[in-house]
Amino acid sequence: MDDLYREIIIEHYKNPSYRGHLDPHDIQFADNNPLCGDHIEITLQVSEDGKVSDARFDGHGCAISQASADLLIESIIGKPLDEVKALKKDHILELLGIDLGPVRLKCALLSLKVLKAGVYGLGEASDELVE
Amino acid sequence: MTLNVSQIRSQFPILQRETANGVPLVYLDSTATSQKPLAVIEAMNDFYRRSNANIHRGVHTLAEEATALYEEARKKIAKFVNAPDARQVIFTRNTTESINLVAYTWARANLKEGDLAILTEMEHHSNLVPWHILQAERGIRLEFIPVKDDFTLDLETYRSLLDQGPKLVSFTHMSNVLGTINPVDEMIRLAHDVGAVTVIDGAQSVPHFSVDVQALDVDFLAFSAHKMCGPTGIGALYGKTSLLEKMPPFLGGGDMIKEVKLRSFRANTIPAKFEAGTPAIAEAVGFGAAADYLLSVGMDAIAIHEHQITEYALDRLEEIPGVKLFGPTADKKGGVAAFSLDGVHPHDVAQILDRDGVAVRAGHHCAQPLHEKFGLPATSRASFYLYNTKGEVDKLVDGIYKVKKYFA
Ligand SMILES: Cc1ncc(COP(=O)(O)O)c(C=O)c1O
Repeated sequence: MDDLYREIIIEHYKNPSYRGHLDPHDIQFADNNPLCGDHIEITLQVSEDGKVSDARFDGHGCAISQASADLLIESIIGKPLDEVKALKKDHILELLGIDLGPVRLKCALLSLKVLKAGVYGLGEASDELVE
Repeated sequence: MTLNVSQIRSQFPILQRETANGVPLVYLDSTATSQKPLAVIEAMNDFYRRSNANIHRGVHTLAEEATALYEEARKKIAKFVNAPDARQVIFTRNTTESINLVAYTWARANLKEGDLAILTEMEHHSNLVPWHILQAERGIRLEFIPVKDDFTLDLETYRSLLDQGPKLVSFTHMSNVLGTINPVDEMIRLAHDVGAVTVIDGAQSVPHFSVDVQALDVDFLAFSAHKMCGPTGIGALYGKTSLLEKMPPFLGGGDMIKEVKLRSFRANTIPAKFEAGTPAIAEAVGFGAAADYLLSVGMDAIAIHEHQITEYALDRLEEIPGVKLFGPTADKKGGVAAFSLDGVHPHDVAQILDRDGVAVRAGHHCAQPLHEKFGLPATSRASFYLYNTKGEVDKLVDGIYKVKKYFA
């Protein structure tokens, strides 16, 4: 029907592959989007050679925020943490394959902000992390 | 008394426009802010074209004209809520600032550690956070009248809280999420019986039905112009003269003083005491024009129209499988329909509706504690005003069916 809700987004929203919580984990972080109450938690396991060996997300929110979290997790498993640290908003936009207005962009970027805050060991998931 | 809605719609330029996809605008978000009729837009336009000057301080023609228009607007707002005297109407920026004014002046002068203030669980953040701040600063005690499962206030608990001798009772006249219209008459009377001062958040009531401060005997009433066909940037606080006169000033600066010495000042009389600095003059003129406009349409006719639309909307929404409504039955509420749709986040509902020109709001609507109480991170909300039609409700319902198909 239109670009904003490409099949892939609805699919990942309804049937996410990486929803869950890893226990034990090496890295855990969670935050909200105060505008809409979307909530994302990310847990990671990191191997000895500094790669993401497994990852999961949990939370609730709109199709965009939950689908981008699922796509993001899929894209980082097996990647070195250093590469994950360097991810920016372009990465998410590529995964989603759509253009987003400023409000929905915040939904799309929440998972990446949470991921980066966790990987860097920060107290808060701020916008600067993904700009 | 039925409204001529097509005539009313023709008075709102924005309702003639299309949205991005070339479809007509279906504006169902008046609870957030209302649209503005030509009468208001022109009044502000005329002010800037003809009469603009700073008020109070000048003797030239324009300054006198602008001052007269500003004070005329105050009289119109006083008349709109039936205040006995225009001096009891203080211009603020909005409802939020009006409530903060009470919290920063009256409450700081009158509440001390351990004093009890009663609020409700259905408050907008603007009637919560000012009291949280005071609680942290002063150690006042806050108690909340619970919202029952039928989305009305638990007046039994209210009565027992009153036995604890509150100094202040502050609550919303109408919930911006549930639409619940609270029994303010009775609640104010009960509060006065135990000597408490009452504040009413009238942000959603004053625009939609007749509110009479003398009949209610309320001590303070806060409301915003932008939700009642007026401009943004201005609102009002009504207060009883005896209270206003004893309250310390709010912000310090020009206009709020009688006399300033290098090391001291004497505060002006009301209402100037609470209006430091150059106010929103054109906006005040627009606010007055909005009050005139609503009175010319008739507040009772507006209330009846909204009630019919709301009843119709609730009936139609209820028919949709997966839709759950949040709010009491139509006889207990104003023109608001907050709902959830199974399996679909409100943001996605709003976004897909927007494709068909239907503007609704999605989120916690600045009432997070209320959403938490009912276990909801967010809801979608359609709201209605004098210019909405049943045809627009139909478009909302068609849109929701489309959303369902999408996420099926
Ligand atoms: C019940 C209620 N109170 C207070 C407010 C705050 O109004 P304003 O943002 O104009 O200060 C609103 C606005 O959404 C409201 O609906």
